Amino acid sequence: MALLEVQNLVVEFPTRRGVLRALDGVSFAIAPGEILGVVGESGAGKSLTGASIIGLLEPPGRIASGQIRLEGERIDHLPHAQMRRIRGRRIGAIFQDPLTSLNPLYTVGQQLVETIQTHLPVSAAEARQRAVQLLKDTGIPAAEQRIGHYPHQFSGGMRQRVVIALALAAEPQLIVADEPTTALDVSIQAQIIQLLKSICKTRGAAVMLITHDMGVIAETCDRVAVMYAGRIAEIGPVHAVINHPAHPYTAGLMAAIPDMESERDALYQIDGAMPRLDTIPPGCAFNPRCPRGFQARCRTERPELIAAGPTQAACWLHDPASGVTA
Amino acid sequence: MSTATQPLVPPLVRVHDLAKTFDVSAPWLNRVIERKPRTLLHAVDGVGFEIARGQTLALVGESGCGKSTVARLLVGLYAPTRGGFTFDGQDAHAAFQGRDARALRRRIQMIFQDPYASLNPRWRVEDIVGEPLREHGLITGKAELKARVDELLTCVGLSAQDMARYPHQFSGGQRQRISIARALATAPEFLVCDEPTSALDVSVQAQVLNIMKRLQRERGLTYLFISHNLAVVRHVSDQVGVMYLGRLVELADKHTLFSHPRHPYTRMLLDAIPKMHDTGRARTPVQGEVPNPLDPPPGCAFNPRCPHANARCRAERPALHEAGAGTRVACHAVQEGRL
Repeated sequence: MALLEVQNLVVEFPTRRGVLRALDGVSFAIAPGEILGVVGESGAGKSLTGASIIGLLEPPGRIASGQIRLEGERIDHLPHAQMRRIRGRRIGAIFQDPLTSLNPLYTVGQQLVETIQTHLPVSAAEARQRAVQLLKDTGIPAAEQRIGHYPHQFSGGMRQRVVIALALAAEPQLIVADEPTTALDVSIQAQIIQLLKSICKTRGAAVMLITHDMGVIAETCDRVAVMYAGRIAEIGPVHAVINHPAHPYTAGLMAAIPDMESERDALYQIDGAMPRLDTIPPGCAFNPRCPRGFQARCRTERPELIAAGPTQAACWLHDPASGVTA
Repeated sequence: MSTATQPLVPPLVRVHDLAKTFDVSAPWLNRVIERKPRTLLHAVDGVGFEIARGQTLALVGESGCGKSTVARLLVGLYAPTRGGFTFDGQDAHAAFQGRDARALRRRIQMIFQDPYASLNPRWRVEDIVGEPLREHGLITGKAELKARVDELLTCVGLSAQDMARYPHQFSGGQRQRISIARALATAPEFLVCDEPTSALDVSVQAQVLNIMKRLQRERGLTYLFISHNLAVVRHVSDQVGVMYLGRLVELADKHTLFSHPRHPYTRMLLDAIPKMHDTGRARTPVQGEVPNPLDPPPGCAFNPRCPHANARCRAERPALHEAGAGTRVACHAVQEGRL
């Protein structure tokens, strides 16, 4: 059974000028121990998806319909008190900026011990021992001394290690990591990604890795979901999505990234920009920018995820009824 | 650039021994009472390079390596502590101070990283792009201003209707195009671009990079391109300088640097890039982090993280020297043939 199941998730923001749909029918599942990447450009809805799962959707945003299930149990409409017990205990969270996710007034030890004791029935001494072990596991040198230090005494990379230690403190089954390496330099980024990967593997935790960096997805994830304008455009095994993208948007995105292998004079560019929430076109949201917007149907009827070889793509190209070969 | 590939025409920009030190000492009272010493931050320390007309030199490095300080020095936003640069044969920093400052500023322009912070939100696009024209007295009347702004907007892929709009009505990529249009207003020869695409999404980044390359071709622009993204640098540059803690550690033409990196730090940076079509391949992360620039290690600044460091590396600071194939490297191991 899937560890996490998201079905037809719709998130709306009521505004004075009408209701904006930020997520529109997002469905996916994460298996135990699996690393699912969620990639997309700013405003595609990837962070909102993460926030909905951990129950940290900022008002006035609300889940208008759909379901989120953790091990078969619905968690999308739980009262705050109950959600707090799940968050941290069963779902851990890592955010982009480690400085804002740590409290500057407490030592990292206090923060770790507090988290451990909130979720696990252990004594203060045991909690401290666990905290030191967590810091060691996340590769922080001299953990016994460092546990008494404040967040500002750590470097950016070390802080992110502390945040990972905090997310893992109660041994959650799922970690939602929202742009965990975006604020870090490449050399540190490599260290953190490898840490995240190995530590989740040894503990059997599943990860939902939200990022805009296709390179990070490529080396980390098992499967990837590509989001566009509040929907999943394509989802499938990572090597298939990267090497044989089925959705024209994924293909364009891949071609637009300057890489280290090929020699090109001009980069492929997808003209235009992602539509704003109040101007999402009817039909397929990508149709005005699509180089293969091939039929009237793209402009009127919205495609759902259709099997396209090893992946699934929300594109009429792959509908057998369209009679086109992709 | 090696003497072998020295072009016959003198380079447009020649930077020699450029250094900038910031005084980050505690306030006077604290220094007196707590006996704290003066602290100096050597943000840029003896950087030298040349850029030929119509070429792009990219500076890469991690945060805090001084690449943005170099950019600010080259547009005259900072005065150098030591050294300087010549632009088209004249001493630029003397010129920035003198009566010709205006003429020089017209020839050197800058594009900043954050298009949300670098455009005045209360001004219309027409005023933003038109300001340099008015300021430098390049137009005579309102009609001419409109015509010039229209022309500038068109060449970055925006339209004349955009003139009456405000920055908030544009997406990040469009704003960066407005920044480029503004920088081009004075018809500069040299553009200093400080992380121009780091704040943008990949598909939009491709649009902006393509525009920059096209403008370079059409107008013979010279770029100093600052970025931390090696894949972007590989795409846009002719020459690449790698910086670490305020110093250049390797300077080479693009093909040599990417195919035969010499300095251990350059190799590490290249290894650290995720490879896209090689899914699941783990990178070889290098241990350690960039040291505190206030307290750099003695000798080579990279020695604590370097797998090839020996006693000499920990004591003596390496200078940039020729290492064949037009590459210049600041590394004892390379010089001694150990690497």
